[in-house]
Amino acid sequence: MTATSAQTVIAPTRARTAAAGATVRRKQGFQHGGWFVAPFLALFALFVIWPLLRGLYLSFTDANISGDATSFIGLDNYREALDDPLVWESLGHSAYFTLLVVPCITVLAFLLAMLAHHIERGKWLWRLCFFAPFLLPSTVAANLWQWLFNPGTGMINHVFGIETAWLTDKSYAMLAVVVCTLWWTVGFSFLLYLAALQGIPAHLYEAARLDGANAWHRMVHITLPMLRHITGLVIALQILASLQVFDQAVVMMDFLPGPEGSTRTFVQYTLEEGFTSYRVGYASAISIIFFVIIAAVALARMWLLRNREEGGR
Amino acid sequence: MSTAAQTRVNTRKAARRTSGRATRRPWTPSQIVLTLLGAAVSAVFLAPLAWALFTSLKSETEAVEVPTHWLPKDWTTQAWSAIFETGNITNWFVNSLVVSVCVTAVVLSVGALAGYGFARTEFRGKGFLLGLVMTGLMVSPAVLGVPLFTTVQQMGMVDTYWGMILPQCAPAAMVYILYKFFQGIPRELEEAAFIDGAGRWRVFFTIVLPLSRPSLAAVGIFTFIASWNNFLWPYMVTNNPDLMTMPNGIATVMNSYGIQWAQLMAGGLMAGLPLIVVFVFFQRQIVTGVAHTGLAGQ
Repeated sequence: MTATSAQTVIAPTRARTAAAGATVRRKQGFQHGGWFVAPFLALFALFVIWPLLRGLYLSFTDANISGDATSFIGLDNYREALDDPLVWESLGHSAYFTLLVVPCITVLAFLLAMLAHHIERGKWLWRLCFFAPFLLPSTVAANLWQWLFNPGTGMINHVFGIETAWLTDKSYAMLAVVVCTLWWTVGFSFLLYLAALQGIPAHLYEAARLDGANAWHRMVHITLPMLRHITGLVIALQILASLQVFDQAVVMMDFLPGPEGSTRTFVQYTLEEGFTSYRVGYASAISIIFFVIIAAVALARMWLLRNREEGGR
Repeated sequence: MSTAAQTRVNTRKAARRTSGRATRRPWTPSQIVLTLLGAAVSAVFLAPLAWALFTSLKSETEAVEVPTHWLPKDWTTQAWSAIFETGNITNWFVNSLVVSVCVTAVVLSVGALAGYGFARTEFRGKGFLLGLVMTGLMVSPAVLGVPLFTTVQQMGMVDTYWGMILPQCAPAAMVYILYKFFQGIPRELEEAAFIDGAGRWRVFFTIVLPLSRPSLAAVGIFTFIASWNNFLWPYMVTNNPDLMTMPNGIATVMNSYGIQWAQLMAGGLMAGLPLIVVFVFFQRQIVTGVAHTGLAGQ
């Protein structure tokens, strides 16, 4: 504002002042951005940071859900958690689920993407078929597979002519949850792979063909190396999502922990402690432990990425 | 004039012809094998959905008949009319719509502002706040459900729309994606506008936002799908059947008094079909949206 009024008064120095005004304005343009981030920060503080801090605080208390007077009990909750067999068991179930789902989804998504990428006709149809299940709510997918796995009236046993008690035998229950998850979520990773495949420059393949490379060589020496980054991403996203499994397992088992507790996941256990046993303090403590595990996985990935980038240079 | 128009029509026709020829390439043996394989795999993927549809068109007694059969012997829409007459399904549908639309709108506006603020403006504590946002990437209702619930309870928002909507409105991931995107827009465009005397807000609304339509669409689509399908948070925060969303209502209420499979499948299709139908029409946008949002996690 001052720059403009100065211009009109002192005509000879007009050009210089205008230029100075422009720099000032340009700099100002990128300053004082607090208002841009304020609305997000307000929501973020209320619903992410505050619960995190509150959870940390509650984990040192014996709080319960009805809001009775709570007292500070130090590390007792954490000590109890380390001795609680159900903590280890449910953590083991989530880890087992992750161990089964992540490799299967990565390989399956890659194969589906290769298939959809190389068929010349009806690309949209293949994309629709492989991706459609991802658009269903998790509970619908779970109900659907609960129905398919139903021992007496379900289609799976009928089609394969077997009589497996999928949902009530503890050696099969988690497998049933895994199969449902694969069908339901592989479409997401499939799309990531498909986008990456379409991003590989065609001239690489042409050059390889001129050099006499066959299809197998082209795949091993061009496609797979070019997909390394995306594979890392798919695996990381899947590990983080799979460790947090809850919906499918719970709905397929009618909101129970499955046969002999064999599908009780870690998230399910925290909610049982918090909402069924009303032990908010203890539930907060094991949630914080879970947060630390998730954060460790995420940080490990960042660290790996940084190392790889530095190694590449 | 007329000749010019004529040539234009001719070239367009020619273009169409060549493009038509491109899609009608001869069937090579490898293409035949691949297409058959694709068809077989697609059949496996669609079979569960077909099974749900056929089940929903059987009567309840036929649905649980042994031996199981694919096609209904007596086609009936009993289950469909039953869920509309007796259940709260229309309520849930409206709730789902309200929640997802609100969440998407808030996430888009708040996220775009914050992404731009972090990418392009300077203010005190920016580095620290960005670090906090990165921490937020690791927090979800699955990880911190109980403390999040007690927080929302303290605010008196249990069993309200607010309680369902607001906690879904602070996704650090979406802010991070938009932040990355805004960083990629050339600064010169904005600088030129500043020199012309435009203010920050005007630059944001007239230059930055129109340029980022594809990214905003990607984030919006992804947010809508995630919110429409969200089960865990609405499940924790509502007990009132009138307030439930589709996934939530179907999983809890319809599962509670002895499952009626035909009705359950009809309800499930009601919850899933809108997005699938939308997908058929907006396929390209949704595919790029989901891929873009996922890839931005790199």
